[in-house]
Amino acid sequence: MDLPDNIKYTEDHEWVDINDDIATVGITDFAQSELGDIIFVEFPDEGMAVEQKESIGTLEAVKTVADIFSPLSGEILELNEDLESNPELINEDPYKGGWILKMKVSNLEEVKTLLSNTDYEKLIK
Amino acid sequence: MSHYIPKNKKHEREILDKLEISSFEELISIIPNNLRVKDGVLGLDKGISEHELNVYIESLSNDKDVLNNAICFSGGGVYDHFVPKVIDFISSRSEFNTAYTPYQPEVSQGTLQYVYEFQSMICELSGLDISNASLYDGASALAEACSLSLSHTRNKKILISGMVNPLYVEVVKTYLKYREADIEILPVIDGITDIDKVSNINMEDVACIVIQSPNFYGYIENWKKYSALLEHHKGLLVSVSDPISLSILESPGDSNADIYVGEGQSLGNHLSYGGPNLGLFSIKENLKRKLPGRVVGMTTDMNDKKGFVLTLQTREQHIRRSKATSNICTNQGLLALRAVVYMSLLGKEGMPKLAKLCFDKAQYAADQISGLDGFELFSNRRDFIKEFTVETKHSAQKLCQFSEEKGFLFDCVDKNLIKFSFTEKRSKEDIDKLVKFLKTYNE
Repeated sequence: MDLPDNIKYTEDHEWVDINDDIATVGITDFAQSELGDIIFVEFPDEGMAVEQKESIGTLEAVKTVADIFSPLSGEILELNEDLESNPELINEDPYKGGWILKMKVSNLEEVKTLLSNTDYEKLIK
Repeated sequence: MSHYIPKNKKHEREILDKLEISSFEELISIIPNNLRVKDGVLGLDKGISEHELNVYIESLSNDKDVLNNAICFSGGGVYDHFVPKVIDFISSRSEFNTAYTPYQPEVSQGTLQYVYEFQSMICELSGLDISNASLYDGASALAEACSLSLSHTRNKKILISGMVNPLYVEVVKTYLKYREADIEILPVIDGITDIDKVSNINMEDVACIVIQSPNFYGYIENWKKYSALLEHHKGLLVSVSDPISLSILESPGDSNADIYVGEGQSLGNHLSYGGPNLGLFSIKENLKRKLPGRVVGMTTDMNDKKGFVLTLQTREQHIRRSKATSNICTNQGLLALRAVVYMSLLGKEGMPKLAKLCFDKAQYAADQISGLDGFELFSNRRDFIKEFTVETKHSAQKLCQFSEEKGFLFDCVDKNLIKFSFTEKRSKEDIDKLVKFLKTYNE
């Protein structure tokens, strides 16, 4: 299972890459392998204000649908439009080409609640 | 009814050649001239239509129910159009006779194919990209359209024209009772939605605008003006229309509407004391992930043969569940089948022709009624297709009650407003009888 050590993780099986106050969000390798082939991403709106742990969209796989939770509070800045026609990028390349959205973080204190790769590894064992 | 002889000139020639004679005349030369029929086939009349035959046979019967006894000028979504017998025949065949799409849908290719044809026809009528396999009725289809708009736009405001069928509005309110939605009824002027006032509304937080045309009073609205208001906003335009009238109107698709909903009863389905009815629903392609109900798609199998499948069905039924836009998993299969047979019978030329026939009858009736003392065309409007509203000095309620006893059914719209609808079944004689009744009416 691929778990890069330069990014943070959540209990909802998402990863967060934070640069200053901009966070890039996706789902983990573990999450994509559990969901199976992803066929549709229902995004939040750009500019939408979101709370930490709020459901802001859905990932639709062949046999199930999972919520996308906002890992932090803030504002949605950008969506990965490549996923509209190629949602399988999430399966193929979860940490790079399969990123889902970028957000502006409003409360950097919340970053402390995120998990390291070793903590997350324990969670999924 | 016209006679049916399975023979053409070519066949006739072949028969005569086989018999080694030169003409039909030669074949029957043995019959003396004075014993022969002079005019046409046995000297019979040239025949009457199926509807005229029904009326004649019913006139011989004493067993009359309310509607057979009364002449129906009632409308408002459900209309007394003629239903050819062949529709009852085809739809009652055992292969088709179920209200459901089957649980192993792909086994029933015939069912899926007619649903696919139904969807194609509704797309063509509405000018939109994707139709579902039908919903329960026009009213719940409208409620589904509003629900779709709420979840697609994440806005809360639903603007419904004051000229939308009030029963539909009731259903929308009931349906959305536990959703976060603000339903607002738009102002009207002279029998149509007041576009000037609507233009002043801030459209930013609007989920959808609902405009019915022909509207509840019978008049034609301009969908284009409303789609223009929403052009730079997320809100959707929901167009409501009677499918038969739609065949001669500019389509919702051409008017840049996002959703079409309608009541499909008028497409080959009986009045049946008010139900079951048939909900029509089609959308622009970009909304396909939110389409309620089922969709049949055409594909090819592993041997490259054409086949039909239920497309996207697992979304609503099996995997999305609580996250689905709608949990409607069924459709009005049997009535949709009847609609397919009906539209196939009438064809691309027949439907507009039928709508024009209704138009002509309604316009004739309007000419007659507007000349009567105590009755006036509402706001002097003539832009209607098959029904129109009349203002009367009498109490509409009392008038409707009395007319029912006298064998005329029409609709009481408001205190002094009544409405008449006209289908191809209403003869000039029927209309003249109605006019005579109104002329002699005295409270």
